[in-house]
Amino acid sequence: MHELSLAESLLLIIEDAAREQRFSRVKAVWLEIGQLACVEQQSLQFYFDAITRDSIAHEATLHIIVSPGQACCGVCNQLCSVETYHALCPHCGNYALKIIQGGEMRIKELEVE
Amino acid sequence: MCTTCGCGNGQTHINGKPVSTHHRADQSLRFRQPVHQHHDRGTIDFGNGIAGAHVPGISPSRMVKIERDILTNNNRSAQQNRSYFLQHGIFALNLVSSPGSGKTTLLVNTIQRLRNQFPIAVIEGDQQTDHDAARIRATGAPAVQINTGKGCHLDAHMIDRALQQLALPGNSLLFIENVGNLVCPSGFDLGEAHKVVILSVTEGEDKPLKYPDMFHAANLMLLNKCDLLPYVDFDIDAAIGYAHRVHPGLPVIQLSATQGDGMQTWCDWIAANCRRVAANADSMEASFQV
Repeated sequence: MHELSLAESLLLIIEDAAREQRFSRVKAVWLEIGQLACVEQQSLQFYFDAITRDSIAHEATLHIIVSPGQACCGVCNQLCSVETYHALCPHCGNYALKIIQGGEMRIKELEVE
Repeated sequence: MCTTCGCGNGQTHINGKPVSTHHRADQSLRFRQPVHQHHDRGTIDFGNGIAGAHVPGISPSRMVKIERDILTNNNRSAQQNRSYFLQHGIFALNLVSSPGSGKTTLLVNTIQRLRNQFPIAVIEGDQQTDHDAARIRATGAPAVQINTGKGCHLDAHMIDRALQQLALPGNSLLFIENVGNLVCPSGFDLGEAHKVVILSVTEGEDKPLKYPDMFHAANLMLLNKCDLLPYVDFDIDAAIGYAHRVHPGLPVIQLSATQGDGMQTWCDWIAANCRRVAANADSMEASFQV
């Protein structure tokens, strides 16, 4: 359900940008969502469509770029890719990974008129 | 629920009174946060976008770079709350858990143990009713109830509104009891010093694996209802092990809010933090006076 709040925040940011950069219609939105971020993409798409109705982003296409999870092991200090928060270090086999990338939720770019 | 977009924010109440909704049905979408002042200046960038497909002259479209966190408005309010807490020596904890883990009972018994040491206040978050705030007020501590309607979490703006009603004295202890939900509150910074996640032994020991975001976001885990361990099939070592897979080194306190076991350790942790936060505020004030 918090995807509704995310969609609201997205529209706020878009409306702010519209005032500052003087555009009146948004055709496409690019987001970067980390693989480990607590976001359900289909749910975000649903709420984005609902919340942007009657707004400058009505019928805008939502593009979601997934950034991969990355972690650094607290024991062996090596970097690795992770798909979950509870992953083993593939190098030393310990549960000691510190996540360094993959929780992002960013709006990157808009195509506007 | 709002009939225009299906959102639940139109049902947000604080102490039973409606708060401003994020839009009105007779207007185009309008949101609750004021227009902010510190927007990063974007760059107008024709054709260099992620799409990489724009051809100037073919259509009037252009690409606008934004590069901002989606929760940027919430995070700004959270930072304002955090500055307020720091300045006034207020130690704020955000208590998160499933419904039924015993958060309110824990708070009532914690307040009774600490009320002679610090001014204590509580912000209660629930979808409906003010039952929890009434239980807190019965201890003598002030409480503000936020009803989120259909909303599944508290956000920093709601806390700001509640703080205006509470008018906390300096060097207070503030508990924020979030909506019972192990998913959504994990992503929303309220300005608290720490998220404290509560797991009770009547739940499954694998919850840290099932709901990893919350256990990753928390700085302290309380294992509650430990007096019931002889009667339930709960492997306490497995639960802590799972929590440590998700969050290596996460401190854990085992306690029973009703029977009192472990409560002293929890209260000592709170008291030490309260004194540290109050001392920091005093030294900040002293440095301003110099």
